[in-house]
Amino acid sequence: MELIATSAATEPKKAGCHASGCGSSDDSLAHLPDALREQVQNHPCFSEKAHHHFARMHVAVAPACNIQCNYCNRKYDCSNESRPGVVSEVLSPDQAVRKVKAVAAAIPQMTVLGIAGPGDPLANPERTFTTFRRLAEETPDIKLCVSTNGLRLPEFADEIARYNIQHVTITINCLDPDIGARIYPWIYWNHRRIRGRKAAKILIRNQLKGLEMLVERGVLVKVNSVMIPGVNDAHLEEVSRVVKDKGAFLHNVMPLIAEAEHGTFYGLTGQRAPSGAELRRLQDSCADSMSMMRHCRQCRADAVGMLGEDRGQEFTLDKIEHLEVDYSAAMEKRRRVQAAIMKTLNAATDPAPAPQANGPEVLMAVASKGQGVINEHFGHAREFLLYRVDGNQVEPLGARKVDLYCTGSSDCPEEENRLQGHLDALADCAAVLCAKIGFGPWQQLEALGIQPSGAYAYEPIEEALMHFYQELLGDGKLESQRGVQASA
Amino acid sequence: MPLSITDRCVNCYACQDVCPSQAISRGAQQFHIDPAACTECAGHFADPQCASICPVEEALLDADGKTIHPPGSLTGIPSTLRAPRNHQGDPLRVLP
Ligand code: SF4
Ligand code: SF4
Repeated sequence: MELIATSAATEPKKAGCHASGCGSSDDSLAHLPDALREQVQNHPCFSEKAHHHFARMHVAVAPACNIQCNYCNRKYDCSNESRPGVVSEVLSPDQAVRKVKAVAAAIPQMTVLGIAGPGDPLANPERTFTTFRRLAEETPDIKLCVSTNGLRLPEFADEIARYNIQHVTITINCLDPDIGARIYPWIYWNHRRIRGRKAAKILIRNQLKGLEMLVERGVLVKVNSVMIPGVNDAHLEEVSRVVKDKGAFLHNVMPLIAEAEHGTFYGLTGQRAPSGAELRRLQDSCADSMSMMRHCRQCRADAVGMLGEDRGQEFTLDKIEHLEVDYSAAMEKRRRVQAAIMKTLNAATDPAPAPQANGPEVLMAVASKGQGVINEHFGHAREFLLYRVDGNQVEPLGARKVDLYCTGSSDCPEEENRLQGHLDALADCAAVLCAKIGFGPWQQLEALGIQPSGAYAYEPIEEALMHFYQELLGDGKLESQRGVQASA
Repeated sequence: MPLSITDRCVNCYACQDVCPSQAISRGAQQFHIDPAACTECAGHFADPQCASICPVEEALLDADGKTIHPPGSLTGIPSTLRAPRNHQGDPLRVLP
């Protein structure tokens, strides 16, 4: 295997976040220098705490792309779809600025504006940088960020540093061009379409060079990797080491999304997605300090609103076209609202939990639509939030997606099959908390040794988990539970 | 002799950005090549630029009206696995 980056530190792999004892969501930021922590603490994608309180949005100003990935289908565009790279409305820079102002005025908690697609932002330099330049001037209180495949990053590193873009996300799926050739069929580079290994080699070289250049210029860099079982899964620990060695402050491993109906190469050729447990295992082994990204929701590129909640329909073009926003007034309101939130967040430094009975470490799942409370019906949940719980602490592990099995009373043709998706997603959990749950699913969960509860509807997640844990422990129901170790 | 764009085009702007002759514009339904302006990139680049970046199979025709990227040539998806087609043999797709 040829690695393009060879400067990887060969230090022994650090223990996962859990073993190094960073339990509460606050501590997941503790390894960062003060200045950096300040920058990310009100960023909904980085701070487990903040994502309940602050919002982000993406504007889709970048339709063109300069590479092909086997998990992407450029033809597909569906407003029911909810995955990166898919949007329904391409905006001009001018429309994007209007939309940002309208949203920022209506949702003062909106702190972050990202450009992520639907193509590659740096393959659309005019549209992307015009938008950034105007926002830097007209909405200076909004943090800017951009995602890229990295092919043109070396070219634009200086420009990115100039617009004071707070952080850049590079998707790096491999360092080995042979693996790359199985992920990227072609790139457009130097006025040519280049294929196969040669293409992957150029792409990887530019990604790593771009990463180094941004780090030199003081720009925060996060790296995303898509976990593709059998292709790059065994290689991602190496990716993690190298990108952190080169100065990336976060490495986020996301599961492949590959459904045949998306029409992607992977979807149609039967490439499977990783199971929740496989993903967690890899995240555990890569994530010595990366626990804060575990709750990544793979939001739509035009999502507006809090993570996991899409308010995009409130701000379509026809609705914002004639809207006049008094941005200085909005900015004043935003400042007040955000200061109040930070005050609550800082005041609510988790009081050390009262000493509790100790017990085995188990996984517990929660059905939630956001806001940090248990507010989703079991059957409607599109994802479960996972937590590792023992007698002393509740540690968020991120979200696990499931297929819907029930979307309404009239259309549950495959109820059985779809429930299976929920059961599979929870297979290694000891319990699941939701706002409501039907009798059938309840029985099936119990049969599998998973304790369901609807008793904590609309209660804050972490308190509820700890309470239910203690209850199960008291009832002796955790004794024979498969623990986290057993499933790993 | 000019290239042309078919109704497979998904309006991604990529070709417009790279055309050295400003021959490509957004039409009512699809991007469109002005046959009077297209030079096939002669004198600028070895390969026609629109055809070097377009991500969609069967979206571009050469000067003879032949498709430049037949099915499978860009995505690698074997024809046996292609997306379902409608009764006219067109792939089903959702327009933006
Ligand atoms: S062949 Fe070249 S000149 Fe003609 S439309 Fe394509 S990019 Fe433009
Ligand atoms: S590159 Fe292809 S799909 Fe994109 S606008 Fe041009 S012809 Fe259409």
